[in-house]
Amino acid sequence: MSDEKYIFSAGAKKNIFIVLAVGIVLAVLGVILMNSGGHHDAHGTDHVVEAAASHGDHAVAAHDEHGAEAAGEHHGGYHWTHRLKANLWINNLFFTGLAIIGVFFICIQYVAQAGWSVGVKRIPMAMASWLPIAGVLMAVVWLLSNHELFHWTHASLYDVNSPDFDAIINDKKGYLNFGFYMGRMVLFFGVWYVLFLQIRKHMLAEDIEGGVNRWKKLVGLSAVFIVFFGYSSSIAAWDWVMSIDPHWFSTMFGWYVFASWWVSGLAFIAFVAILLKDKGYLSVVNANHLHDLGKFVWGFSIFWTYIWFSQFLLIYYANIPEETIYFVERLKSDFYSKIFFMNLVVNFVLPFLLLMTRQSKRHARILKVVCPIVLVGHWFDFYLMITPGVLKENGDFGFLEVGMMMIYASAFVYVVLHSLAKYPLVAKNHPMYNETLHHHI
Amino acid sequence: MHAEAVVRKPLVTGGKTVHDVTDDICKRVEEKPAKSWLLAMAISLGLLTFGAYAVFRLVWDGIGSWGLNKTVGWAWDITNFVWWVGIGHAGTLISAILLLFRQRWRMSINRAAEAMTIFAVICALQFPLLHMGRPWIGALWALPLPNTYGSLWVNFNSPLLWDVFAISTYFSVSLVFWYIGLIPDFATIRDRATGLRQKIYGTLSFGWDGAAKTWSRYETVALVLAGLATPLVLSVHTIVSFDFATSVIPGWHTTIFPPYFVAGAIFSGFAMVLTLLLVTRKVYKLEDYITMEHMELMNIIIMVTGSIVGVAYITELFIAWYSGVEGEQYAFLNRVSGPYAWAYWSMMTCNVISPQLFWFKKIRTNIAATFVISIIVNIGMWFERFVIIVTSLHRDFLPSSWAMFYPTWVDMGVYIFTFGLFFTLFFLFAKFFPVINMAEVKSIVKATGEKTDK
Repeated sequence: MSDEKYIFSAGAKKNIFIVLAVGIVLAVLGVILMNSGGHHDAHGTDHVVEAAASHGDHAVAAHDEHGAEAAGEHHGGYHWTHRLKANLWINNLFFTGLAIIGVFFICIQYVAQAGWSVGVKRIPMAMASWLPIAGVLMAVVWLLSNHELFHWTHASLYDVNSPDFDAIINDKKGYLNFGFYMGRMVLFFGVWYVLFLQIRKHMLAEDIEGGVNRWKKLVGLSAVFIVFFGYSSSIAAWDWVMSIDPHWFSTMFGWYVFASWWVSGLAFIAFVAILLKDKGYLSVVNANHLHDLGKFVWGFSIFWTYIWFSQFLLIYYANIPEETIYFVERLKSDFYSKIFFMNLVVNFVLPFLLLMTRQSKRHARILKVVCPIVLVGHWFDFYLMITPGVLKENGDFGFLEVGMMMIYASAFVYVVLHSLAKYPLVAKNHPMYNETLHHHI
Repeated sequence: MHAEAVVRKPLVTGGKTVHDVTDDICKRVEEKPAKSWLLAMAISLGLLTFGAYAVFRLVWDGIGSWGLNKTVGWAWDITNFVWWVGIGHAGTLISAILLLFRQRWRMSINRAAEAMTIFAVICALQFPLLHMGRPWIGALWALPLPNTYGSLWVNFNSPLLWDVFAISTYFSVSLVFWYIGLIPDFATIRDRATGLRQKIYGTLSFGWDGAAKTWSRYETVALVLAGLATPLVLSVHTIVSFDFATSVIPGWHTTIFPPYFVAGAIFSGFAMVLTLLLVTRKVYKLEDYITMEHMELMNIIIMVTGSIVGVAYITELFIAWYSGVEGEQYAFLNRVSGPYAWAYWSMMTCNVISPQLFWFKKIRTNIAATFVISIIVNIGMWFERFVIIVTSLHRDFLPSSWAMFYPTWVDMGVYIFTFGLFFTLFFLFAKFFPVINMAEVKSIVKATGEKTDK
């Protein structure tokens, strides 16, 4: 039992490939539909008129360097590839979050000297194996589409003689510039991954050597990671999400993105643990451990809501135009406002009510419903952070979004399961292994 | 069955038995007051008396006897209020959140920490109460009672009113939580006592009989209260932060305030717990219950929350620049380099740099260093509130009304009054109440006690 290993079966692989294939078909279908006119174009036009009326210059990406060519094709420089790029960015961020939360979860367990979680720790370890892929995807998408995703990347904004000159963005160029931005991205992924490799090395060495030396090293390494992550997660959120709306700012934003990542990661860990148990793996994990994971998902859904609400209330109450614009774009839009309220229902009301009782957290059946709800819900949270900034009122949700989500999800799950199968499923020599076996709450 | 990993350190040292726990804690309640206690009490009462005179002058002469002016309309009063409320976070955090996280090291420190919480909140309440000028009609201004003094109702849109609800709820729940925990321990003292003492502690213990059913109810209530108290711990300082952050004053209006205030509150609360416990354990010889491990863990919490606060300071500073908003940029430039820069840098040194020393195991396991840093942290947290409040106000939107704030002796006297009040209450508690939760510590003596050949 203690040498338990996960076998990545052909059946599981087949299922993942089916999801991937369906995702590709849907994405392609979405692109074809967008280009075949009809509904979507009409939709787009409505929105643009509305947007231009309500937000003035802020809404229309008229500063576009490629303005001339783009304007010829679509309203306000909007092209279907913009939507594709926005989708790439949403998924990049969401799945980067799941991967990095894998490392963060492990580190928290070490520094907090948690015994209950020993049996599930290999799941976050596998999640983190997505990190190098996430890093490459982030860099590639950034390099290929920074002009479409990030308004501030247009050179004309910094040219005093250009009609597009934007004094506010110009003042930020010490921070928002190609080289420094790219450098931060490389640095963050590099350090995250290097620290993760170190952590994994010691975790696996412990399986063979036993003793407490590796554990002690891991406590130290975890502290280092947490300190680095404490800064880098906030800065990453400013860079990768907040700077999409380059005039807008909110000091809470770094912790807001973190809260969203963290609860999604917890939901993913709990979900995989349950599915593994269904397949007969992870016999060390029982209802007590699921209860704890459920409490985490429940508690941090509330935490996310707390952060969401605090940010919203303060901006709403003070009513300062340069801050409220973020919520105006999302609330005063027929399309985004639906997602805006759905975001709260799916990420707060549902997990809050469904996981309220003790029994619901101990029953795999209910967790199996709530965890995917939370995961999809927070995907929409990222959708809502990114799409209005990138596409303004041209944003939509259709086959392309579903397809892209499925493509990323299948790739992510494939990588995670592949990595899960590579190493022992249970850390049999963890100093707290015995505690987790006798965990009872 | 419960298993204990080899890497865990014992939470009770010296091979204590269950009976030792009763003896060691009850002894302090039963013995005659020590000279040192009488002396400490005399000093506290002295502070209280002097402070009471300042309060008298304040109420008699009016708020004008404070150093407030047209520009700086809030200074020491609200600084002290937020400071005390912040300190009043650790107790309930320790007993509620650490209970939910199953941290058993909370058991020997939660009683004193909760007492401290309650006294700190009482001290905090003095400031808004006194700032009303005529506190005897304060209920009409602070509670939703319709009245004809002005507008019919209180201003429901004001976070100051939300504060009234948040803090009174928090205070009630903390008080009930603390008292329920005390009941079994009062019964223990009652069972060992005779005469008047038996009567008094018998009344205080509500006829506790120690039956299995009673214990089961006790545990259920503790869990329910912990569940209620957890959101309250977060809500209190969140709403205190709203007092500032809902405004449009540069330096006040920033969205990170709610969680950052909560982290700061936990930070200062733990520092105060450490200050008090280091003295208590020494005087009462409780080193086997409040061990070095406890000190170390609390120091780590101080280090973590101090770092969170540090991240928040830097975030504020960065976003003030990044925002491109002139007012914001100036507010922070003024903080770091204006006439109150000394306060800002005191805050930075005390809150961000000093807790980083706890990365060194030598320092976080050193009692003298811990004691000094715990006081430095509380000085720093006072400066934090002072910096936020006064530096944001003193440079008004109109340069012609720019001003400085100079405290009067009444400002200081009222602050001293709360110190007198706090320490008087705490010393009374330390003498007449069991300072450690005997019932809870007994439940872990066997599982996590240090094994000796005794």
